[in-house]
Amino acid sequence: MDLAALTASIDTFWILITGALVFFMQAGFALVEAGFTRSKNTTNILFKNLMDFCIGTIVFWLVGYGIMFGAGSGIFGAFEPFSEVNHAPAGIPNLAFFFFQLVFAATAATIVSGAMAERTKFSSYLIYSAFISMVIYPVSGHWVWGGGWLAGMGFHDFAGSTVVHSVGGWLALVGAAVLGPRIGKYKNGKANAIPGHNILIGTLGVFLLWLGWFGFNPGSTLSLSNPELVARIFVTTNAAAAAGGIATLAFTWIKYGKPGLSMTLNGVLAGLVAITAGCDTVTPGAAILIGLMAGVLVVLAVEFFDNVVKIDDPVGAISVHGINGVFGTLMVGLFAKENGITGLFYGGGTDLLVTQFIGVGAVAAWSIACGLVLFYGIKFSIGLRVSKKEEENGLDYYEHGEKAYNS
Amino acid sequence: MKKIEAIIRRSQFEEVTEALHEVGIDFFTYWDVTGVGNEKSGAVYRAVVYETRLIERRTISFVCRDKFVDAATSAIVKAARTGELGDGKIFISTIDESVRIRTGEKGPESLYIKE
Repeated sequence: MDLAALTASIDTFWILITGALVFFMQAGFALVEAGFTRSKNTTNILFKNLMDFCIGTIVFWLVGYGIMFGAGSGIFGAFEPFSEVNHAPAGIPNLAFFFFQLVFAATAATIVSGAMAERTKFSSYLIYSAFISMVIYPVSGHWVWGGGWLAGMGFHDFAGSTVVHSVGGWLALVGAAVLGPRIGKYKNGKANAIPGHNILIGTLGVFLLWLGWFGFNPGSTLSLSNPELVARIFVTTNAAAAAGGIATLAFTWIKYGKPGLSMTLNGVLAGLVAITAGCDTVTPGAAILIGLMAGVLVVLAVEFFDNVVKIDDPVGAISVHGINGVFGTLMVGLFAKENGITGLFYGGGTDLLVTQFIGVGAVAAWSIACGLVLFYGIKFSIGLRVSKKEEENGLDYYEHGEKAYNS
Repeated sequence: MKKIEAIIRRSQFEEVTEALHEVGIDFFTYWDVTGVGNEKSGAVYRAVVYETRLIERRTISFVCRDKFVDAATSAIVKAARTGELGDGKIFISTIDESVRIRTGEKGPESLYIKE
């Protein structure tokens, strides 16, 4: 085997193994969402998480990959059924690159189930899953990673704070808003607490996501040819997560008098989401700063959506993925230092920051517009929300005839 | 025969069990209950500050012969009291009949094992 072939072999291995780690984040999402919601709906939330990956796999293979990476225009890729056109980096098998992109698409899709938990019709959720992986995610993905117009402008989103997390977050926002809050969440204009049923599962889920992120961020190098870069990404990713946890811990402790585990877990995730855009280019110190800010921001966002705007988000998906996806992407404009781009704080001027704003705004507009069309379309056709009786007695029994807890 | 039903704090359960044993009550049924009352406690869950009026207690229930009622009641009161609001209540009612399922015995004899 010559050196080039050996390199290609190692890089392919790298892409596939990190892709498998990102796949495993599906388990993390499933457990977090199950832990933070009530036991009468557990079968339903797990089922939604299972199926959005299964459906995503098929539709992204059928159509999504081509839309995202096809040569088309700056806006839209191409119709390349069955993903047979090669878009992988040189020497890498197309299917390896396809698999890697698939698990990222599936990550965006599964974010939404948390915000829409405990009251969404199962069949309606399956329809949504098909659309996000088939069209919504690939189009904005094309703009940033598929050689589209944002890529041309120099927009930098290394592993997907905008492409993956903010898309999921915005769709979660629209979905939860169109759905309306859970019964009993708001009384006389005041928010009630609806505690999750299993913080053990929620915590385990967050750790699984943290582990998966060590595939999500470093894997986006698509190559091991620069070990220093890969190592730095591991460190920035981890630093932001830890800093996010610490910031949320401190902030909630001061604000509410007692530290809360549930919110702190969200703080860790917020840090991870925020660092995803710039994990390749910021220093470990900057990563800690970004994580600290994300940890505070997520609490403020949860408060805002819960108490001010009154959009019921059982797991904080909008605040973790939407708000911090945007935040992390903007931070690249300030803190970028390595890997060929320079942010404002290192003398790079405001150009990058402005580009980041444009990209974040464009993807937000696209996602929100798609979300409105999709969720209102579903609402006014087959219906988006379950009936009052089903919601009060639990989706497990009525939608599935299978309760999660039988003894 | 009287039925004694007491709602007590869960934290006092061990003491009450021992106190009842000392006066000769070795068998009772218990279950955990949640109630609504005047006790309030503040809590925070994910940025929502809320008051909870849900109160957790434990109910003990047993049927005994009339001669044990006073001793049992005093034992429960002594063991379950903390002095704070919410210590609980004891309710005593009369039981018309009692039957032991294994043997079919009726009346006060079914309530204890003759030595």
